[in-house]
Amino acid sequence: MPPDFIAAWLNKNDIFTALTIMEYWDGMVTTVQLVFLSLIIGLVFAVPLAILRTVKNPFVSGPVWLYTYLFRGTPLLIQLYIIYYGVAQIPGIQQTFWWEIFREPFYPALLAFTLNTCAYTTEIIRGAIVSTPHGEIEAAKAYGMNWFMRMRRIVLPSAARRAVQAYSNEVIFMLHSSAIASVVTIVDLTGAARNIYSRFYAPFDAFIFVALCYMALTFILVFAFRKLENHLLRHQRPVGS
Amino acid sequence: MFDLKGYGPELLSGAVVTIELAFLSLALALALGLIGAAAKLSNSRAAVGIATAYTTLIRGVPDLVMMLLFYYGGQVGVNMLSDYIWETYEVDFFFQFNPFISGVVTIGLIFGAYMTETFRGAFLAVETGQIEAARAYGFSNWHTFRRVMVPQMLRHALPGIGNNWQVLLKTTALVSIIGLTDMVRVAEEAAKAERMPFHFFIPVAFVYLALTAGSELFIKWLDKRANAGVIQES
Repeated sequence: MPPDFIAAWLNKNDIFTALTIMEYWDGMVTTVQLVFLSLIIGLVFAVPLAILRTVKNPFVSGPVWLYTYLFRGTPLLIQLYIIYYGVAQIPGIQQTFWWEIFREPFYPALLAFTLNTCAYTTEIIRGAIVSTPHGEIEAAKAYGMNWFMRMRRIVLPSAARRAVQAYSNEVIFMLHSSAIASVVTIVDLTGAARNIYSRFYAPFDAFIFVALCYMALTFILVFAFRKLENHLLRHQRPVGS
Repeated sequence: MFDLKGYGPELLSGAVVTIELAFLSLALALALGLIGAAAKLSNSRAAVGIATAYTTLIRGVPDLVMMLLFYYGGQVGVNMLSDYIWETYEVDFFFQFNPFISGVVTIGLIFGAYMTETFRGAFLAVETGQIEAARAYGFSNWHTFRRVMVPQMLRHALPGIGNNWQVLLKTTALVSIIGLTDMVRVAEEAAKAERMPFHFFIPVAFVYLALTAGSELFIKWLDKRANAGVIQES
């Protein structure tokens, strides 16, 4: 039996019905989709961009630097507004099939989030590549590996180990930033909370519950990354542990 | 050439709001960070527990959700408090919770948690010999904190404070969602009215870029000054 005060609270509770719980659940699905897709696509593009960013030729690394600088120096909200309101203004787009896709707020938001996280991830991976110990590269050269093989077998795996901690922060940061998707009418977790707030005028119930949902997601991510880190850095564990 | 359609003055006053908000919340965040770090490093288990709960809680919840909670919940909370005070003490106590206050409180609270971690790391970087020397001179706890710990920890904390400040500056854009007329809000209204999103959002983006670039230079200069007596390796 639950304590009396919980039972009393549950009896007169008319906010957390099956319907609102479903609304929160749908919001959670949207949030996870949005964050997961943008992180995956961002990561896929960030690796080649980070390699280009380390190239000595300024005509190659310059544009990548400019891209990361612009996207890291401005708020994500502005980027989202520019893409969300801007896409509709591109001349002729309303006649093409792109309009079918970009009319939904989900895809402009996905594009904005992807571009933003890609910029941050590029800088994280670049930092990890640049700090590769010189001896590792020399050894690879001494084995006669060409540039491509060196990248694939030595530099990138070793950079991944060094990048994983900073990247886990970026993932959590992205989860939290995704809350602004609710301002362009997407019903994500925050959007669901705002709907429920305006229906019941109950700010504490609506927003504290959603805060707990985000917290649960954050702790799952933190736990998963800690496992991953232990796995990737297992060769550095002290002997005998 | 660069026609803001008469929204120029409004955008400018919006930029002032953004900057005021950023500096006020920075001050709150620095104060909370110092208190939090002192609590985390203290011997009292209750203080450590409260500070740890605070930083964990803040880092688990999105800034926008916190802001909405404070903005919508703040007034309800104040009303409940003023009802309670009226009923028990018959004192009339009331104040209006506006978006500016909730913005400052939320951003200050969030970055206070990050500053706590920054300051904690910086305090730990101060050599224990320094503290022992202060004790040997008969400094009290408070004196050691103010005269020995704080001046030496600032050097280590500066890069972290700089990073937090850059993120804070960009977070201030969120206050436009709770209805504060900062420059993002003005740009959004102008863009909708004139149907020219690029025309208004891109200048605002460049203002943010200028602010972050300017503060980067300033922090570099501060860092150089703070590390004046330190021999840099490499």
